[in-house]
Amino acid sequence: MLRFILKKIGVLLPTFFGVTVVAFIFIRMLPGDPVMLMAGERGMSDERHAELMQQFGFDRPIIVQYGSYMADLVRGDLGTSIITKKPVLEEFLTLFPATIELSLFAIIIAVLVGLPAGIIAAVKRGSFFDHTVMTAALTGYSMPIFWWGLLLIILFSGILGWTPVSGRINLLYYFEPVTGFMLIDSLLSGQEGAFRSALSHLILPSVVLSTIPLAVIARQTRSAMLEVLGEDYVRTARAKGLGPGRVIGLHALRNALIPVVTVIGLQVGVLFAGAILTETIFSWPGIGKWMVDSIFRRDYPSVQGGLLMIAAIVMLVNLVVDLLYGLINPQIRHNS
Amino acid sequence: MNEATVSVESRQSGRIALLREFWSYFSENRGAVIGLFFFIGIIIIAVFADFIAPHAPNQQFRDALLQPPFWQDGGQLRFPLGTDAVGRDMLSRLIFGARYSLFIGCVVVSLSLVLGIFLGLLAGFFGGKIDMAIMRLMDVVLAFPSLLLALVLVALLGPSLINAMIAIAIVQQPHYVRLTRAAVMGEMSRDYVTAARVIGVRTLRLMFITILPNCMAPLIVQAARSFSSAILDAAALGFLGMGAQPPTPEWGTMLAEAREFILRAWWVVTLPGVAILTTVLAVNLMGDGLRDALDPKLKRS
Repeated sequence: MLRFILKKIGVLLPTFFGVTVVAFIFIRMLPGDPVMLMAGERGMSDERHAELMQQFGFDRPIIVQYGSYMADLVRGDLGTSIITKKPVLEEFLTLFPATIELSLFAIIIAVLVGLPAGIIAAVKRGSFFDHTVMTAALTGYSMPIFWWGLLLIILFSGILGWTPVSGRINLLYYFEPVTGFMLIDSLLSGQEGAFRSALSHLILPSVVLSTIPLAVIARQTRSAMLEVLGEDYVRTARAKGLGPGRVIGLHALRNALIPVVTVIGLQVGVLFAGAILTETIFSWPGIGKWMVDSIFRRDYPSVQGGLLMIAAIVMLVNLVVDLLYGLINPQIRHNS
Repeated sequence: MNEATVSVESRQSGRIALLREFWSYFSENRGAVIGLFFFIGIIIIAVFADFIAPHAPNQQFRDALLQPPFWQDGGQLRFPLGTDAVGRDMLSRLIFGARYSLFIGCVVVSLSLVLGIFLGLLAGFFGGKIDMAIMRLMDVVLAFPSLLLALVLVALLGPSLINAMIAIAIVQQPHYVRLTRAAVMGEMSRDYVTAARVIGVRTLRLMFITILPNCMAPLIVQAARSFSSAILDAAALGFLGMGAQPPTPEWGTMLAEAREFILRAWWVVTLPGVAILTTVLAVNLMGDGLRDALDPKLKRS
């Protein structure tokens, strides 16, 4: 098992190295030099320009620049935001819990709805329920989620007035963040109504964000279940006289879950991409909105740092999924 | 000479038989057929937009700002689906928008398909270090969430529709590389490849003419997938202000312009999204049908 883990990490290292190169090159590939870009349309004197070039180290050879970038990286220094003058890593870590809270909630919704829907659709293959679920899943999979978010706002915030339009909590409530998770912090604060407010802010964005993972999970669960239900051991279990609950729950589901778990793990990238749109629509103060804002504000150190952190997180989660997969399925472990 | 004509004929009838077989599998999937007809409809609308659309897409009617669709109070038949905030006819803009979406899909799929097939063939055919280098490079691209990478690439290149399409193509081609490589590796050990080698078929011919056609099935299915996700991603970029720029009647860009009227004029927000959703859904339905018809593993299940 250890060898398997080491091997997986060994494959990942060159990829991570490549990711740092991409993040590093990004600023240098912009047309014009980075200092001029940060200055924007105002422009600046040649003197000030030279001074800044030196200050940021852009006048040194590119290899030397990369070396010092990597050295900073190892020390956990992702650079400093041009707009807020704060360390990029600090900004990232402050906003990250908001994105985790949203994504976790979304993936929980996706699994809680998608998994049973997929199982029932497979068991009742060809039924009305099956057709409905699969049509809904394909529609969800085809959904432009930024539009879906707007529609839900029109319905639930505009017409029904049930949910707030944006933000994480009503501005009436104020408390120091402890965990960064609004649901937990609002409970800890002990303020009446705070938790409810946090929850009502969370529900629409997480439903929007869950749409595509939900569709993918439902489709994948159904096809994995169908495959397993056709296997000999399932027939044997039936022939032994086991009830349908036992056959489906114990024998089939367990084996069908293996590919489904992988698919759930692969949704991290989808969730990040979705968070960019969802957070923008709902003004959710997380990483996705921060990245979009940073791009528009030409805060390139933040874009660079965020790009690297997000890629690192996606890779890490995929590694964990890979390892889990190896753990559940010894065949994979020994073949690779 | 006689024999030659016979073999050409049998080849042609073989092809027709293959098409027949394909159609019989494809048409078994009712959703796929619906998707196909819908898609053909969109193509017709896009091609004949100049004749179908009642107005020019950017013509502003100053006397008719934010007019509701004709069936609502205050709506008129002159603007069947209403007008937007500067008095442009929604229906005409939606019709012209179909052109952009199809154009985006075609360009992105062609770019990423050609590049992906080329790299995938190289990796699968030569293996070893070339394979290593290409695949690690693709891993790097895949490590970033696709929309994020596309967004950053567009920021780098400057926001425009062309740059958005290039960015999306770059983000999508690793999937083609992986599929092509896997298919090529599967074919390489087949007897017909060995036979072709023994006769002395040249490398390029072997790669592109002998092996590649046998690897096409998964690539065609992927092409349908990435056609739909290209439309979605381009609309998302347009929505974020990083794709087609106003006043282009691209559906995502239209949504971005309509955002502030979300609670006042439902039609400017709802209709472009319906157009995106139905188009993408039609392509995805077709994609599922293609998969069922082309994937031999699922064929008889």
